[in-house]
Amino acid sequence: MKILGFLLLVSGWAIVLTAVALLTEQVPRGAFVLAGVGVEIIGFVLFARAHPVRRGKYE
Amino acid sequence: MLTFSATSSAFCLIFILLVPLAGAGLALVNSGLARSRSAAQLMMSSLCVISIAALAYFVCGFAFQGYPNQPAHVVMIGGKPWSWLGDGHLFLHHIALGGSPESLAALLGIFGAGLAGSIPLGAGAERWRLGAACLSSILLAGWTYPLFAHWVWGGGWLAQLGANYGLGQGFVDTSGASTIQGIGGVTALSIAWILGARRGKYQHDGMPSAIPGHNGVLVLFGCLLVLVGWLGLNSAGAMVWNGLPAASSVQVSINTILSAASAALAAALVTNARFGKPDASLTANGWIGGLAASSGACAFVEPLGAVAIGAIAGILVTFAVEWFEVYMSVDDPGGSISAHATGGLWGALSVGFFARLPAEASGAAGEAIAARPGQWLAQLVGIATLIGFVLPLTYGLNWLLDRVYPQRASAEGERQGMDLHDLGAGAYPEFVTHSEEFTER
Repeated sequence: MKILGFLLLVSGWAIVLTAVALLTEQVPRGAFVLAGVGVEIIGFVLFARAHPVRRGKYE
Repeated sequence: MLTFSATSSAFCLIFILLVPLAGAGLALVNSGLARSRSAAQLMMSSLCVISIAALAYFVCGFAFQGYPNQPAHVVMIGGKPWSWLGDGHLFLHHIALGGSPESLAALLGIFGAGLAGSIPLGAGAERWRLGAACLSSILLAGWTYPLFAHWVWGGGWLAQLGANYGLGQGFVDTSGASTIQGIGGVTALSIAWILGARRGKYQHDGMPSAIPGHNGVLVLFGCLLVLVGWLGLNSAGAMVWNGLPAASSVQVSINTILSAASAALAAALVTNARFGKPDASLTANGWIGGLAASSGACAFVEPLGAVAIGAIAGILVTFAVEWFEVYMSVDDPGGSISAHATGGLWGALSVGFFARLPAEASGAAGEAIAARPGQWLAQLVGIATLIGFVLPLTYGLNWLLDRVYPQRASAEGERQGMDLHDLGAGAYPEFVTHSEEFTER
């Protein structure tokens, strides 16, 4: 899940960059940027959830 | 090419020389919010991190960051230039160190890198080894910070989003809401994840235990010290990175203090409403969050806008502390992630909603007009870059470092305290508890 979250974080950013570089109309560009940020948020949550409290190792 | 008069250079230098006070204040805040057995190690870490960040930035940081209209590495994408890395000289060679804007930018960058490097110390408090913090700060000040700073302040692709793609005036960050606070904040999050929680922080049912800091006075005094540093940082940033005159520091300073004040009061009111009394540590974090947010648009907003930005930052920080601690299981003793990352990202986004950016040279120069359409989109692209690129980058670098040089102290070292573990002596050698003080006579 950590790798998936990591990949989604980077993929979201790639969507944002692609939208900026390829789209010229403001509305679709804004929509795709927002979609990219949404993918990043999903990736962030997955990435965060993949970090359990390492209780066994340190308690 | 930006030029300063001798008077402006002198004012700018004075503002820059105030910035180390922000680092000193952060060190006190981080130390006060930790337990007494790690207080000296945290202060020592702050000193070492600021020192190493200064050296790393001197060696290669400023060369990578670059300066507008200076050589840079550029790739062409769709016929548009994307400047992604500065191509300056190492060791500050070929820079006229006599008060030129470039030399002032280098000096401010040295302090900015140190400030960004100090932020993760709060998140890694009580378990982050001194040596690991130093090595991590080399990565931050020598690569991550300069790279993003080039994109924002060195004429990089984020700054050019307006010219190349018509997104407002490009990504705008007056004094480091994203570049200093955001970078430091996401690095703090990476460090907190890599280190894991302190021993005893989370119970077996996953609920966090409260581990109070050892000295609230240090924390609150640190907040006041941070304010002085921030007034210098925001004022100097407005001049060096935005080309504004020295007189703009009045507006910048008013907005800075208003943002911090409204953030602290908002945090105090929220905690008072929720817990029955205002919480000192959360109010302190709110104050710092308000300052972090103020750095985004302090030169381009009306005072009422600064109050709104600060109040929202204070509320956001208060809830972010709980969200990270309870729902994300992130142990952040100093509240660095919430105050700097949340506050900084909100500050960067607030430019798109509150700022009234000056027209470019082709328009009515100096006359304030509404930002061009798309400014909020440019800000969002910058924030997406911090979350989608800088966070994985800084996590990956620190993860690799952890493989080579374990960053977390041993369980025994953590139990005895980082002061004894790293330094061999405690911060308060005469601070002992006498059991008879707690028995009835």
